Amino acid sequence: MANNLLDLSIIVLIYLALIIYVGYVAWRRTKTADDYMVAGRSTHPFIMALSYGATFISTAAIVGFGGVAGVYGLGLLWLPFMNIIVGIFIAFVFFGKRTRKIGHNLKALTFPEFLSRRFNSRFIQYFSGAVIFLGMPLYASVVLIGMADFVHTTLSINYNIALVALAIIVSIYVVFGGIRGVMYTDALQGSIMFIGMLILFGAIYWITGGFVAGNQALTNLIHVAPAQATAVAAATGFTGWTSMPSFGSPFWWTLVSTLILGVGIGVLSQPQLAVRFMTVKSNRELNRAVLIGGIFIFVITVSAYVVGALSNVYFFNTMGKLAIQVVNGNADNIMPAFIAAALPLWFAYIFMITLLSAAMSTLSAQFHLQGTALGHDIFETVFGKKVRSSVLIARIGIIIGVIIAVILGFILPPNIIAVGTAIWYSIAAAAFLSMYAFACFWKRSTKAGVITGLVVGTLASIFWLVFEFGESAGALGICKFITGKTVLVATAPWPTVDSIVIALPIAFILTVVVSLLTKPPSKEHLDKCFSGVK
Amino acid sequence: MVLGIDDPWVWGAYIGCILAMLLCVVYGIINWNKGGEDEEGEIKEEMEWHKKEKDMENKDLGIWDEEG
Repeated sequence: MANNLLDLSIIVLIYLALIIYVGYVAWRRTKTADDYMVAGRSTHPFIMALSYGATFISTAAIVGFGGVAGVYGLGLLWLPFMNIIVGIFIAFVFFGKRTRKIGHNLKALTFPEFLSRRFNSRFIQYFSGAVIFLGMPLYASVVLIGMADFVHTTLSINYNIALVALAIIVSIYVVFGGIRGVMYTDALQGSIMFIGMLILFGAIYWITGGFVAGNQALTNLIHVAPAQATAVAAATGFTGWTSMPSFGSPFWWTLVSTLILGVGIGVLSQPQLAVRFMTVKSNRELNRAVLIGGIFIFVITVSAYVVGALSNVYFFNTMGKLAIQVVNGNADNIMPAFIAAALPLWFAYIFMITLLSAAMSTLSAQFHLQGTALGHDIFETVFGKKVRSSVLIARIGIIIGVIIAVILGFILPPNIIAVGTAIWYSIAAAAFLSMYAFACFWKRSTKAGVITGLVVGTLASIFWLVFEFGESAGALGICKFITGKTVLVATAPWPTVDSIVIALPIAFILTVVVSLLTKPPSKEHLDKCFSGVK
Repeated sequence: MVLGIDDPWVWGAYIGCILAMLLCVVYGIINWNKGGEDEEGEIKEEMEWHKKEKDMENKDLGIWDEEG
């Protein structure tokens, strides 16, 4: 074990040295604010696609959802299907091209700036910047917590030291290298993730006897598995690893709402992903990135779900147990347990680096986004440009963001990860999604309309998360403190209804109604925004 | 039964993932060289903006171009 730990430590050090080197190259190529925030709008499609994909998929998506597939099976494959269709195809081909061109026409450097210039309102920029700067630390800190916890378990490094060390390493290349530092390291990390998951995808079918034979064995497993082992899952709608959950069951609802809301819709309004469309110089790069991104997301997500589900076949054949029994009920351990049991040690190392890469690539984008939100979107917009360098202000913003994330990392409990992610996705979708979609596709939308949607959507989302959505209201405890009850209305289904279901339609409808009641934007402004948009 | 899976909703999802990926691949190949037409104009525009911005910043800070 001591030897293994030494080997692993050396591999991690080599990996970190590589990352720092790539960050250094990015720093050398970063001179202007354009370089720092949108990579001089000249990113290679390969780097753009890998950076988008690696930021999109965090460790939770691989280990967390892989574990869920271990419990519930391949019905979850609808999730990667939506990831590819909405998260890559629709995002790049429809949203991406317009964002890039309008962003160029308006000289926007950040996502809030894109929205603010599209609707001619400085308020949109600093309000959106504030939503990001206040909402993002929670999401960034849960990714940091997950990563530190993972390093603590695998490398036996003290949790607090791991937390601080990881934050410092990521912030070095983000602070100095800007978006180039983020995207170059993302591309390297994305490549590692791709290779790691591709090997895993081949290995699982090789171990279980082939593509069809492996799936067939999984289909048959429900007939031979002991009923009490699947009782917990069955109670929530589980019917087998290769059949859908029963219609209307709790698991069916989770699957459908996570699918349509969390992934299908949520991903489009993530500022750290949308800003990447503005880092390429023409639609040609986006066309090429669709191909690369589609393959990347397929390999990473499909293999995580397939491996999670098929690990049951492996564990049942070798140990006579189901995956969830092997890990004593903790689904998060299914993927690591399978890799430790079924694959050689060298692959366990690759997988460790794969997961580290997945977490670091998500975290770096979060830090960068927070920094530009505070520096460029809030400070410069509210106080006017008083110092020569926007880059300097963004750097200070990033450092403040990192410090907040580390402090939260010390305070928050480890079980906050899923809730923290869900809270951020809900707020981002409520605040930005309708405004972003209208900015790209509805010329009749007005400044007053989108501001109403932005403010009311954000407030409605926060209200629902604090007072009604059981998972977040319970974790935050504010509702209990004020009213003495965990949630305001305890009758089903309200505490389980995601805030997106409430806040997004409110924002959408208000934007449309107020837009139609107010004066349309001038033709001159629209011509400027949409010049060259096909 | 398709791919060793009975439920059409599940093998449908699996095939759907493969088809979605193929859609991205085919779209990428067909449009590999399309969409770069505006590139030169945009780069020129950006260079002009940069120059203007730099001039303005220098003016603000009281630094004048040697030629200006």
